Formats: sequence, C-alpha cells, structure tokens
Amino acid sequence: MSSDHSHLPSETELRAKALESLLVEKGLVKPEALDAIIETYQDKVGPRNGAHLVALAWTDAEFRQRLLADASAAAAEMGYFGRQGEHLKAVENTPEIHNLVVCTLCSCYPWTVLGLPPVWYKSAPYRSRAVSEPRSVLAEFGAELPEEVRIRVWDSTSEMRYLVVPMRPAGTEDWSVEQLQRLVTRNAMIGVEQALAPERLAP
Amino acid sequence: MRGGHDLGGRQGFGPVNPEPESEEPIFHDEWERRVFALTMATGMLGQWNIDQSRHARERQHPVAYLEQSYYENWLAGTEKLLIETGLISEGELRSGAATEKCGKELRIPDAEAARKILTSGGPAAREIENPPRFAAGNEVIVKRRHTLRHTRAPDYAQGCRGLVREHHGAHIFPDANCDGEPVAHHLYSVEFPSRELWGGGAEPFDVLIDLWEPYLTLVDGNGE
Repeated sequence: MSSDHSHLPSETELRAKALESLLVEKGLVKPEALDAIIETYQDKVGPRNGAHLVALAWTDAEFRQRLLADASAAAAEMGYFGRQGEHLKAVENTPEIHNLVVCTLCSCYPWTVLGLPPVWYKSAPYRSRAVSEPRSVLAEFGAELPEEVRIRVWDSTSEMRYLVVPMRPAGTEDWSVEQLQRLVTRNAMIGVEQALAPERLAP
Repeated sequence: MRGGHDLGGRQGFGPVNPEPESEEPIFHDEWERRVFALTMATGMLGQWNIDQSRHARERQHPVAYLEQSYYENWLAGTEKLLIETGLISEGELRSGAATEKCGKELRIPDAEAARKILTSGGPAAREIENPPRFAAGNEVIVKRRHTLRHTRAPDYAQGCRGLVREHHGAHIFPDANCDGEPVAHHLYSVEFPSRELWGGGAEPFDVLIDLWEPYLTLVDGNGE
C-alpha cells in the first residue's frame, strides 16, 4: 500500500465527504457518534495505557505474573478494556528471546493498550517482511540484537492481540512507575525497538 | 482468499521507512479521521461482522488493494458493505443524495451508545462442547486450500509443519463467520521455525501463528 500521505487524491476526500453527508441525511449515522469515536482514539486510548502496564510489570512482580498469565484481565484492572483488546496476551522479552508483532493479513493491533496502529505497521513492506526477515526489519528501526537472541514473531491472525513487554533498561532500579513509563515507547511494545535507555529520555 | 492482502513473505516492497514515533500523527488527513469514524459507526449497525468487513476490503483487485492507502481500502470496503446490505444504493453513492429509504429498523447509536460499544468490546471466545483435538507439543500441518472465501490461514504457512504451543480455547471461526454463521472452533498458537517457512537459507527465528482447528492436520495421521 502506498505510504505517501502527502499527496492523496482529492477524489478520496470528496468520496469520504459525500458518503458522510449521505449517511447523515439517511439517518444511518449520528454526527455526535462520529465525534465520540474519533475522540476516543485521538485523545483517550493510546500507547500510554500499554506503557503503564509495562512499567507496573517491571516494578510489581505480582502484577507481572498476572499480566503474563491473563493480560486482558490485568489490563482491565487498570481500566483498559474494549474493542480490539478482548483477548490480550503479553509476551515478555528476555536476554534470550525478542518478540515482534505483526498482522500479515490486515492490521490487527491491541487498540486498548496501544491505540490505533501507525502507518508503517499497516504497510506492505512491514507486513511482508516481518515474518520472513525480521532481523533486517529490526535493523531498519535501529534495533540491533545480539546474534544469540532468538526472535519470536507473532502473526496476529485471530482476535488474540499481542503486547510486547520489553526488558527494563539498566540503571533504572530506583525509578518510579511514572518515570519508567516514559522509557516504554509504542515501538518497543510492538517489538521493533527496545525500551529507551535512561540517557535517551528528553529532559 | 489469496488476495492482495495476504502479504506474509511477499517480496519487492522495499524498506519499511517508518515515520519517527514522536512525529507521527494518529490520522494524516481529515478524511482519514472521517473514514475511520464512518467505518466504525456503520459497523455498529449490526448489518455485518468483523470478518465480513475484512473480506470486503480483501475482495478488491490486488493491484487496487496494494496501490491504495490503508484508509482508502477501508472506504472501499465500507461503501461495498453499505450497498450489499441495501443501506444505500449505488445511485445514492454516485450522486451523494438520499433518494431511497433503507427499509430496515435500525438502532442508530448516539455518542453515549457508541462509547459504550467501544469500551465494552465484543469477545470472540465461545464455550463449545467438543474437546480440543490438539494439545501443546503436537506436530501439525497447515492444510493447503485454494478458496475465494475469507480465511485467516495465511498463504505462507499453508503446507508447513509446526508445533502447537498453546490452546486459546474456542473462538469464532472467521471462514464461517464471514458467511454469517458464527460457529466456534478451537484456536491454537502454532510455532514454525523459519527454515520450515522459507527454506534452509532463512535467518533463524520462529513465527507463531494463531490457527483454528479446521486449518490443521495432526502429523501422526490421527488428526484427520
């Protein structure tokens, strides 16, 4: 799929507008519902939710156990539940295993904890290559893994949704959950990067 | 179906070229925002399910699917479903003017109902009577199938041998759900070494794919 979003044909814009006014005129959608849907994913649900869960798992061994055993239930404890998060599974990176998530068939993604997927996640290059050459895909994101680390790619073909729990960076032993959350990028929870090292945090 | 959407292992698409995470907006254009909301809102009318919605995007010429941007494919799928279910007509879509009544009694969600649908979700897991036929550790083969129907068995895994790692319980089976029959089958996480999928020259790694029981055959022959 085209990844160039700067010169979209205005025909698409017109088509979208025409469809919206037709559906509103026919009474098939309510404008206030459209606004509520947009607001939910623009302002409320996003990767901050997932970063919160990861930081909790790093600091609370019991929560980590619950997250790895049943991530939907653990996320619901924190109020993160809904569409595209009904069957959540957390997969943990270790010094031996690195997890990477893709949906080769469409764009399945854990909305409740990460929000809507980025363009690259939905693009043909990522969807085709994540399952056939993950190491070179990771390299394009700047993530170089040691040779001995085994990559485990999760292709989200069902309604199961995957959240990567990255490794906790060194030098953060006395950090609070709030501080740690800032190290957990969205990309780290998809598995294309590691969590940020403390020195990479913007002051 | 092996449409333009079935992308695992396809070649020639070039580098990923991700936008930096800190700079990427959630929507890149106002029309994307509108298409997203329209697709979600019309989905809430209960006239089609998630697999029918996926299939509507897949049932395009592969060149169109690959050339269009993501939300352009959403728009194409939503238009198709609205016409096929009779909520709008082709003529109305072309002219943009409402000329026909849709003739269905529908509950149209307001803002509060829409929020509630989004936050309550719709689980795909179901209780079924028959026990799972496979268990963790079983070796299975993904059946080869050439079908125009919707399926979630990706082409690149068909014919390949993997190891059942986990049983997820029974989930709604997409192939039947797409025909409006929400039957459930046992769902498994199956692990495939890269050399099984791509041959001996592949970099070493594993791929885990969620596959339903009807997609799989037990290697020792007892499964089928």
